[in-house]
Amino acid sequence: MWRDHLTEIIIFTVLFAGVSAMGFVASRWRRPQTMAHLDEWGLGGRNFGSWVTWFLIGGDLYTAYTFVAVPALIFGAGAMGFFAVPYTVIIYPMVFLVLIRLWSVSHKHGLVTPADFVRARFGSPTLALIVAITGIVATMPYIALQLVGIEAVLKTMGVTGTSTLARHAPIIIAFAILAAYTYQSGLRAPALIAFVKDGLIYVVILVAIFWLPAKLGGWGSIFGAAEAKFAASPSPSDGLLLNANNQLQYVSLALGSALALFLYPHSVTGVLASRNRDVLKRNMSALPAYSLLLGLLALLGYAAVAAKVKPLPGATPGSVDTNTIVPQLFDGQFPDWFAGVAFAAIGIGALVPAAIMSIAAANLFTRNIYREYLRKDATPAQEAKVSKIASLVVKVGALACIILLDPQFSIDLQLIGGVIILQTLPSVALGLFTRWFHRGALIAGWIAGMGFGMWMLYQVANPVTGKAHFAGSAFPLSELGFDTKMTVYAGLIAVVVNLVVAALATVVLRAAKIADGRDATTTADYFVDSDTPRGSVHA
Amino acid sequence: MVDPTLRTDRSPWHWLLVIPIVVPLIPILFNSIPPDLFGFPRFYWLQLAYIVLGVSVTTLVYQVTKRRG
Repeated sequence: MWRDHLTEIIIFTVLFAGVSAMGFVASRWRRPQTMAHLDEWGLGGRNFGSWVTWFLIGGDLYTAYTFVAVPALIFGAGAMGFFAVPYTVIIYPMVFLVLIRLWSVSHKHGLVTPADFVRARFGSPTLALIVAITGIVATMPYIALQLVGIEAVLKTMGVTGTSTLARHAPIIIAFAILAAYTYQSGLRAPALIAFVKDGLIYVVILVAIFWLPAKLGGWGSIFGAAEAKFAASPSPSDGLLLNANNQLQYVSLALGSALALFLYPHSVTGVLASRNRDVLKRNMSALPAYSLLLGLLALLGYAAVAAKVKPLPGATPGSVDTNTIVPQLFDGQFPDWFAGVAFAAIGIGALVPAAIMSIAAANLFTRNIYREYLRKDATPAQEAKVSKIASLVVKVGALACIILLDPQFSIDLQLIGGVIILQTLPSVALGLFTRWFHRGALIAGWIAGMGFGMWMLYQVANPVTGKAHFAGSAFPLSELGFDTKMTVYAGLIAVVVNLVVAALATVVLRAAKIADGRDATTTADYFVDSDTPRGSVHA
Repeated sequence: MVDPTLRTDRSPWHWLLVIPIVVPLIPILFNSIPPDLFGFPRFYWLQLAYIVLGVSVTTLVYQVTKRRG
């Protein structure tokens, strides 16, 4: 019953309302001469310094869903769920040299999206369209997942109704507010709110990791409780450690997820909003502070085991919603007012990435579909207008995903999203370093990688939940004829297939002397800094 | 001031970045319970320690490759 959670609900609502007010005020923050330009609305003026960039990219990558789902995974499967830690450790050294090149070439040519870059580099509107659509499709379920994060909190506070509309009313209201201030303030809104979000999250986690062990008998007994749980469970793949069969999955999932993260259009948005190369490099060494937070938060999954937390029922009868583990843990172990603060942290933590993601998807539509195919001579003001409206459409779409479909479906879609966004790696990430690939070969590689990736995901079954297809990303190598029980992350195999096809096709197309696109960039473009005048494709 | 058209990102220091990418992906290093630290099995404390490794290496590389002037 929601009446038992009144204190929590009041604190949640007050903090949520305060942050929403900030979202509207954000349009006056670092006020530009005009908001009617995509650089201002969609990239916050491309002038954020180290601190803002840190909060913006951090708020963008470490989402409410991560903070709810990673501990849930640890709670259920143990060591496997900890993959998020190596994943977020290796990512920064991996992209250290990549992102500064992307920043430079985008600065020089006035690029806004990853598809813009592909358009300039390979001279192919078709390839750019493919990259744009891949980005939009992969981002939509990601936004929907943020709603799953808020929903887990609302459920724990007892804010659930019996009818579909009553159950979703709070999320619809929250999203309408989010849509309104994103429309008005653009990227400035999530950038400003990210300060509050992270302040709250840091306080909550630090208190939790000192308070909970003290209450539950120390980390030794927390791990002991988890060990006992996994010893009693019939599943062969859980445990405090990895077994012989899931080590490859652990490593390939960490690597594949790391490769995928900065291919997501919303990560690129955060990167291009920064002032110069130095800001980015500094952030690559400072951002892992969030990984530490994520790692400690992940371990709360074990604290939930020790505290004997029971997940709330899921959307279908008989199922459980493990995403409610962390909210339930806070609800049971802390005073109401502190649980309220924690819930607000998760709720607000959903708004920041959802806003950035919808802006990124809107920018893709505007730049790579609207301007490319519908209105070639669009002015910057028209672009900003179209992007604002597109951001609303994207949010309505994400909301519909949650309301009309089983939230579990969004989680499956997000899984597929990771595999499909990886297929833009050869054109976007490798494209920053080499112009060797032929534009036609990149399209062929994308088709091959996407097809093989979907086939692999289709083969993944989970006997425990009774799902025959799309039950996870762990592809059994025995499906390819290997005599082993080992599994591997489907996305990584798919991108390898993509690369092999793209390379072979390049050789064939070059030998056949098929016309390639024109490269609009020069080598020097990849090294320019803010002392070079900012370019614009409109100039 | 260096001529902007002659700039490059090349530096042998960048090879150091390979360390924090490769080390966290070798399970044999961390997939074990002993020795534990403050009650954390090695699997957990060592992987958290890799965050420190990652920060140290990227910070070092950033500092030594910073453009002067």
